[in-house]
Amino acid sequence: MLDFPRWKQAWFWFLTLFAAVAALPSLFSLANARWPDALPNPVIHLGLDLAGGSHILLEANPDQVTRQRLETMEESVRTKMRLASPAIRIGDISSKDGKLSFMLDDPTKVDVVRDLVQPLTSGAGLTGQRDWDIQIADGSRFVMTPTKAGIDLAVSQAMDTATEVVRKRIDALGTREPTIIRQGADRIVVQVPGLKDPAALKSLLGQTAKLEFKLVDTTASPSDIAQGIAPPGSQIVPYADPTKSGVTAIAVKRLGGIKGDQLTNAQQTNDQRNNEPVVSITFDQQGGAKFAKLTTENVNRPFAIILDGKVLSAPNINEPILGGSAQISGSFTVESANQLAIALRSGALPVDLRVIEERSVGPDLGADSIRKGIIAMLVGTIAILVLIALSYGRFGLYADFALVINVLMILGIMAIANVSLTLPGIAGFVLTIGAAVDANVLINERIREERRRGRKVMQAVEFGYKEASRTIFDANITHIIAATLMFAFGSGPIKGFAVVLMIGIVTSVFTAVYLTRMWVALWLRKARPADLNI
Amino acid sequence: MRLLKLVPDNTNIRFIRWQWPTTVVSALLMIASFVLLYTQGLNLGVDFVGGQMIRVTFTQSHEAPVAVLRGEIEKLGYGEPIIQTFGAPNAISIRLRLPEGSDKTAGLADAMTRKITGTIKAAHADARVDGVDSVSGKVSNELGWTAFKALGFASIAISIYIWFRFEWQFGVGALLSLVHDVTLTLGLFALTQMEFDLTIVAAVLTVIGYSLNDTIVVYDRIRENLKKFRKMPLAELLDLSVNETLHRTVMTSATILITLTALLVLGPRVIFGFSAALILGIFVATYSSIYAAAPMLIWLNVTSKSFVPTETELDRQERLARERS
Repeated sequence: MLDFPRWKQAWFWFLTLFAAVAALPSLFSLANARWPDALPNPVIHLGLDLAGGSHILLEANPDQVTRQRLETMEESVRTKMRLASPAIRIGDISSKDGKLSFMLDDPTKVDVVRDLVQPLTSGAGLTGQRDWDIQIADGSRFVMTPTKAGIDLAVSQAMDTATEVVRKRIDALGTREPTIIRQGADRIVVQVPGLKDPAALKSLLGQTAKLEFKLVDTTASPSDIAQGIAPPGSQIVPYADPTKSGVTAIAVKRLGGIKGDQLTNAQQTNDQRNNEPVVSITFDQQGGAKFAKLTTENVNRPFAIILDGKVLSAPNINEPILGGSAQISGSFTVESANQLAIALRSGALPVDLRVIEERSVGPDLGADSIRKGIIAMLVGTIAILVLIALSYGRFGLYADFALVINVLMILGIMAIANVSLTLPGIAGFVLTIGAAVDANVLINERIREERRRGRKVMQAVEFGYKEASRTIFDANITHIIAATLMFAFGSGPIKGFAVVLMIGIVTSVFTAVYLTRMWVALWLRKARPADLNI
Repeated sequence: MRLLKLVPDNTNIRFIRWQWPTTVVSALLMIASFVLLYTQGLNLGVDFVGGQMIRVTFTQSHEAPVAVLRGEIEKLGYGEPIIQTFGAPNAISIRLRLPEGSDKTAGLADAMTRKITGTIKAAHADARVDGVDSVSGKVSNELGWTAFKALGFASIAISIYIWFRFEWQFGVGALLSLVHDVTLTLGLFALTQMEFDLTIVAAVLTVIGYSLNDTIVVYDRIRENLKKFRKMPLAELLDLSVNETLHRTVMTSATILITLTALLVLGPRVIFGFSAALILGIFVATYSSIYAAAPMLIWLNVTSKSFVPTETELDRQERLARERS
């Protein structure tokens, strides 16, 4: 018991000191004091529930990815057939039920077409898996079905891009320290501390910002459009703001338009004619060339500017636009034009994102929580310290010191490991402080008991630590088991609770059992008391 | 200096004598909890049923105008709101279902938030919106399921550990007293209709942790005494063990209750329900480690033989060799 080698002592003191130093910056920041900038600064981060801010969970709708892939495949197949020499005529093209099917006019060309289409279906991955299955029915009908692996890969890639786009958009808002993490197959978590207006953020993230320019199909009759019947090769697209345009929808040609994704810049400006807010876009070289071609070939025809499947406006092309820049108008406010500009600058989202969970805490409530939380913890801790000192005398003081070091260690480790402190985390904190106190109570009660049974001082202390340690070990193992499982299976708040519990259990066993034991041993060796006041 | 003792030394309270009355009380309380949970149900927050919760504080008022608000919000046509105060009489939470179709169309839930907060701010100048939680049905189902899994797996894994470390009777005893504690805590939430959300699940987890801690301390002493006093009748031995650990039980409960009371009275109002749940849970857990966990061992028929090491083949050969010589 008394045998405590110097290296062990040094090691214990080092750990204690290290934890205390690691906790200092956090204590300074909680007390609103300034910590010198030159020193390392691992401050404990407060969770959004304490600091105020927004937590937003976005879920992608993979349908859009699959639809997009069908469209691209359709265009590729058409191009291949057109470019083949001699050109192969196909018809009855449809992309229903997530499958692309088309018919050959000349059934004898089945093998040629198969050879032409085959290269389009090989996967991008190295696995050699095909992205599409080809089936030939009735001798001349090709049916192309996307494979599961192909869709998964495409969705995964789209999610990677989407995460990047979300990051760019949030950065453009100028918020500080946002956290953006991809979660699972189709989700993105966004956490932004100290946000004043979560609504703006949400509408920015909810905007796919897919900009398209498509030619208006002027052959469609208004009554057909009203009934939703489009001429072959065209589709009906609704207006974003029917009250202003006067009509609810318009027919546009499905193919032959261009996408507005090849931009170098997008900015909110004002229309010189009527001073309405508009968005000015600048194409990059390639995009500019495509746009110039489209406008040159279709002078005096209307084209529709479509954003996220809704027509903003359908102006007439008065002259070829060759400068590579354009203006988008469509009953914007300055704010919404600005948002669209940000969204266009950061690129379109390859998938629609939907907010499925939102938690926002106002900064006032957060500040209130922190202040009251600290006061409550301080009062509670001081009361405990007094009670223990009164109950166990010198041994109680050792336990008190250990408890204070325990708190510092937990804070220090959380700061270094970058674990945020949340409200459930405070619960974990309370439980570990309880466990630490309990350990010392168990030890001291046992020593008391052994003394009453007539054991000598040294023996009683040694026995007390030994017997109590077994109980403490069992109790803490169960806590660790619980915390691990909660961490593995739980969600948000439960995880926050579990992390603090895990850290706290380790530190409380160290401080409450090992540290106090060292102090007691050193004191016993020096003082050699004949009796214990415990 | 005379040291403080919350419980005098060498108590000899015959706890086990009261095992039948307390068992009846425990059983009745558990039945009552089940009935309450079945009839009243828990007042589940948006975490578990989905919907929107808006928190508002009326900074200049002593009491939130709940009835007025209810009328104002009902007029908006989003259904009947659940309005409750939390922590302080001037702070309320308003809960509503998400509008129909909000899982398909983006922006519907947002529009609802804006309309409600706009209406409240226009009618009450001192209203401060403190937070909005909006949880879709999909997410709330997942949250409920993960919380359930975390609770279930943790309880079962711990019982298995206790079974290994002690004997199977102890594992069963620990699991049953844990079920007892959780049921009563949940029953109280059904009775008071305090909002039950994910934070409360964290509180229930803490109660589980504490309950086990308490149970293990008592069980550990029982095991020790079973090995020490092989001839002592079990009831007497359980009494001795509980008495020996009594000061520790009271002391630890006292310290943790002090911290929690500080949190309840002085702490942030967001965790009022949380602190209340913990305080109740700790009381129940302390009671059950004495009156549920220990007597359970009598019914499960623990004897000192449970801990006699069984003879191995090697032991047998050694014994035979000794007997021969």
